[in-house]
Amino acid sequence: MHIVVCIKQVPDSAQIRVHPVTNTIMRQGVPTIINPYDLFAVEEALRLRDTHGGEVTVLTMGPPSAEDSLRRVLSFGVDRAVLLTDRFFAGSDTLATTYALATAIKKIGETFGAPDIVFTGKQTIDGDTAQVGPGIAKRLDLRQLTYISKIDSVDTDAKEIVVERRSEAGVQVLKSQLPVLVAMLEGTNDLRRGTLEEAIAAARAEVVRWSAADAGIEDMQKCGLRGSPTIVKKVFAPSARSEKAAFIETEDQVPAEALIDEIFKRQPALEDDLSALASGY
Amino acid sequence: MADAPKTPPAKPQAGGRAASKKELPDHFKPYKHVWVFVEQERGQVHPVSWELLGEGRKLADKLDVDLAAVVLGPEGAETQHVVAEAFNYGADLAYLVADPLLRDYRNEPYTKAMTDLVNTYQPEILLLGATTLGRDLAGSVATTLKTGLTADSTELDVDDDKSLAATRPTFGGSLLCTIYTLNYRPQMATVRPRVMPMPERVERPVGKVITHPLGLVEDDIVTKVLDFLPARDAATSNLAYADVVVAGGMGLGSPENFQLVKQLATTLGAEYGCSRPLVQKGWVPSDRQIGQTGKTIRPKLYIAAGISGAIQHRVGVEGSDLIVAINTDKNAPIFDFAHVGLVADAIKLLPALTEAFRRRLSPHNRDKLAS
Repeated sequence: MHIVVCIKQVPDSAQIRVHPVTNTIMRQGVPTIINPYDLFAVEEALRLRDTHGGEVTVLTMGPPSAEDSLRRVLSFGVDRAVLLTDRFFAGSDTLATTYALATAIKKIGETFGAPDIVFTGKQTIDGDTAQVGPGIAKRLDLRQLTYISKIDSVDTDAKEIVVERRSEAGVQVLKSQLPVLVAMLEGTNDLRRGTLEEAIAAARAEVVRWSAADAGIEDMQKCGLRGSPTIVKKVFAPSARSEKAAFIETEDQVPAEALIDEIFKRQPALEDDLSALASGY
Repeated sequence: MADAPKTPPAKPQAGGRAASKKELPDHFKPYKHVWVFVEQERGQVHPVSWELLGEGRKLADKLDVDLAAVVLGPEGAETQHVVAEAFNYGADLAYLVADPLLRDYRNEPYTKAMTDLVNTYQPEILLLGATTLGRDLAGSVATTLKTGLTADSTELDVDDDKSLAATRPTFGGSLLCTIYTLNYRPQMATVRPRVMPMPERVERPVGKVITHPLGLVEDDIVTKVLDFLPARDAATSNLAYADVVVAGGMGLGSPENFQLVKQLATTLGAEYGCSRPLVQKGWVPSDRQIGQTGKTIRPKLYIAAGISGAIQHRVGVEGSDLIVAINTDKNAPIFDFAHVGLVADAIKLLPALTEAFRRRLSPHNRDKLAS
């Protein structure tokens, strides 16, 4: 079985700060990490490989420095890492990104064997769109299974997969056919740490580096800014509310009563609602 | 591989994305009207669909076009009821694909139904809820149609030249950006539940309903639904639709102190939540996260304890009627959008507040005050 996992190197958004005066992003020194949701996809791929045999190829699109993320997943024991990097990709929105990634996955299939499963994480923590997985599936004509909380079974002979998919009202148990795209939810498995041997091997391993041309991408009009139907018109900080919070000032060391007075002064109906609720207990 | 687009995309000009707005290609000019996808699961409409009809109404009025509801579901009374409700929430007309194959959500038949409708009736704007269903569907519909899709918008408007301007947080929620879909149609966006207010429901007669065939048989659909396990009530929070919400942030200092938030919530009969770092640290499960990447809330009262108030969080709570913030840092950004502020240590204040609320709300005490 051949499994391809798409990962993304992202800024650690918890550490991004906005300059308090200029309202610009302070990107200097913000560390990059593997998109946390993608790690669950990598882990699931490795588990399936360990059970059913085969290989795991991890693919990322990004700047040359994204190689760091690939080295890290190599240390977990993935078999192959492919870095898709080209200045033509700059400014890609999700539609352009899925064109590049889908073409590269096709090339991976021709070079190393057609994938049975393509994994992604639920979404990235920088874009947060959850659109790239469905986009890749559509472009490669794969069935798509998103928000997957559990892979119940994979039958490599019958080419069948059974998964649990979280919906708003419950869980769907779905059966589909390989090849398939699976977008994994977070917290779906326990992540492994690589062994020391794997870490050493990963440092020495070759990362396959492809330009757009290497990946078989022929139509540059579909890449980067040119291939992106969505255009960011402006980026801005939200305007402050005209009126700042009214601060509760009191002599009391723990001004709980004063705060409650203020709440019920502003929302008189709420006191009755809450009291009715409280008396119901 | 993907088909070539019918027209080459606009060549980017110097000056970046903002400068590349051009005349819409001729074949997109007939695209008109605002559509809202009405999402249902087992006969239950997700409320975000009505919220979107409310927002779609404003856009349609500005553009002076019709507002249409798109209903996909099985044949029968349940689906007909959903269509009727769409008119009560402001739709001018409805597009309906009713077929037994649409009973449960599956990507393949839903994507086909939606893309067929778009290609036949050509909407200018298509809005969907940013739910697990809506995001799954929107991603494949937009890729099939090779058009732009803005995820999780927090504000929608139409520009002077009638383009859709979709605003959403960016850079991990630290800034906002406004996104246009240029030279492609329809312009698609998803919006999270509770970002837009619920419109008033007004009983109206069922108007024009345009039905369209699905054009698939079960054998055409590879993915099968083996089972559906409804969520246990205990496992799902009513956070998005709660009247009172209490939430904690990093100011609580430790996972143990998060109990203080839960205790106050219990006393108030409220739901509890948290800011993103607490989920990332594993202190609180992700379905309790409030903010752009978590739940959006619109309670009557929101109490934020030890939350600094990054934009990520702000966009998730701005619709609250009354925001009360407790934070030791008087310069914390949360005080820029809270209505009532208290500079205090939440760890000390929360137990006192819980106790004070308990006294205040106890029936015994109320009777005494009344007499």
